[in-house]
Amino acid sequence: MGSKQIVCIVCPVGCTLKIAKELNEYSVNGNKCAKGKLYAIEEETRPTRIVTSTVKIANGHLNRLPVKTSSPIPKKLVFKCMEEIKRIEVEAPIRVGEVLVNNVLGSDVNIIASRSMYKE
Amino acid sequence: MMQYDIVVVGGGPAGLAAAIKAKKEGIDKVLIIERDKELGGILQQCIHNGFGLHIFQEELTGPEYAERFIKEVEKLEIEYKLDTMVIDLSPKKVITAINSVEGVISIQAKAVILAMGCRERTRGAISVPGTRPAGVLTAGMAQRSINIEGYMVGKKAVILGSGDIGLIMARRLTLEGAQVEAVLELMPYSGGLTRNIVQCLDDYHIPLLLNHTIIEIKGKERVEGVIVAKVDENKNLIIGSERYIECDTLLLSVGLIPENELSRKAGVEIDNVTGGPIVNESMETNISGIFACGNVVHVHDLVDWVTKESMRAGKSASKFAKQLLNNQDSININVGCGIRYVVPHKISLSEKKETIELYMRTDNVYCNADIVIQVNGETVKKLKKPRLNPGEMQSIKLQLKQIQLEKNPIITVCVDKGRAENGI
Repeated sequence: MGSKQIVCIVCPVGCTLKIAKELNEYSVNGNKCAKGKLYAIEEETRPTRIVTSTVKIANGHLNRLPVKTSSPIPKKLVFKCMEEIKRIEVEAPIRVGEVLVNNVLGSDVNIIASRSMYKE
Repeated sequence: MMQYDIVVVGGGPAGLAAAIKAKKEGIDKVLIIERDKELGGILQQCIHNGFGLHIFQEELTGPEYAERFIKEVEKLEIEYKLDTMVIDLSPKKVITAINSVEGVISIQAKAVILAMGCRERTRGAISVPGTRPAGVLTAGMAQRSINIEGYMVGKKAVILGSGDIGLIMARRLTLEGAQVEAVLELMPYSGGLTRNIVQCLDDYHIPLLLNHTIIEIKGKERVEGVIVAKVDENKNLIIGSERYIECDTLLLSVGLIPENELSRKAGVEIDNVTGGPIVNESMETNISGIFACGNVVHVHDLVDWVTKESMRAGKSASKFAKQLLNNQDSININVGCGIRYVVPHKISLSEKKETIELYMRTDNVYCNADIVIQVNGETVKKLKKPRLNPGEMQSIKLQLKQIQLEKNPIITVCVDKGRAENGI
């Protein structure tokens, strides 16, 4: 592979990273922090994303409960993960961080509530 | 009449941070007034992640970010009223509010913190010709509908405007099974954060059409499609570039307006560029004891900066309530070339601070340019920037030691385009 340019999405600074592979080593330029280098290599080898969505909740003061994956999941699983999220139905009360689905799609990642919701 | 030391108008991120800071500074009677049925403001509908990297060094969703502050409000036993709308504010800091339990209430405050945030520009603000079918809505309205109410807004969408909410909604609609045909942007650059273009559009192969706008909305009962066209550098339509895109939904992400009807009623002076109050480094407006913070002052790119600014407002308001703040004379900070606005607008002479942080937005995209602070024409601070983007707020620290404020210096912030190539 030659050198490739990507924009870092780790933080809002959005550094433009140049990544190149020489022999078996990746070299990354343009990153302002260590996270940028890791991101570039991961984006090249195994891109991941955090998925956020909402699920149906009963007895809450709102109709939907926001949820997220507890850590990033492989990018290719994003839509499959949305299918899993679609099937979730919960009941208030819920506490922020509560695990709603363990090990979604066998990925070692959980779907967790991203806010608390009291019973109405 | 009820009496409070500090009344905070608005229970979003700005109001929460300001109230928490004021209480921690030893002010006992603090009241937050919120018109929605819960605290947290617009963060509650921003279910995506990316909040809090600067304040908490971790990436939170909007509701998680809000919840941390709401918990703090509860812990500190700060009073708040929900479902309550402030309808008037006098220069003497008398607040008139209304709710369905207490009716009309009057509150006398020693200090008031304005934290009403902003609202979205709508179709009317940008005068798109065409019919008036259902299916034209602001991006934030769609966000609320999908993430809070639980109603999907459409199946095939076009998004006009590439501000952050538009980009976030392009991804959200896609994840929920809708087809996003394109995001259109009138300007030659996006108004949103670069990372959002990558993770919201590029990830899902959604085209971003720069220098494009909508010239007609078609449809009788429901949107059936839009006619889009390219514009030249003067934003004039390029004849022959028109093209029809079929869609059932049009989302508008065409800017935010600070919500200052209340501020105006109190006689607060408004900056025409930001649409928000003119403030000094204590976040105090021209009306003594009325402070403002967050998106009601200027539209921020990150909530972290809203929190920081609001804590400053909360601290100043608490000093005012203790009669320890005396901001009478001040000098202006001038806006030089390349800069759209600077907040704070003024520095007070009586408050001796070592450094103050100036926040600003540029008027265009600049590459390899410097942000410069000049005092009486001489550069006292220079910040090198590989890229300046109007969508991203810039900040620069000003050391007040270097400046003899009492001699009435002329302070100007500008972009030094010496090494710059204009545009992308």
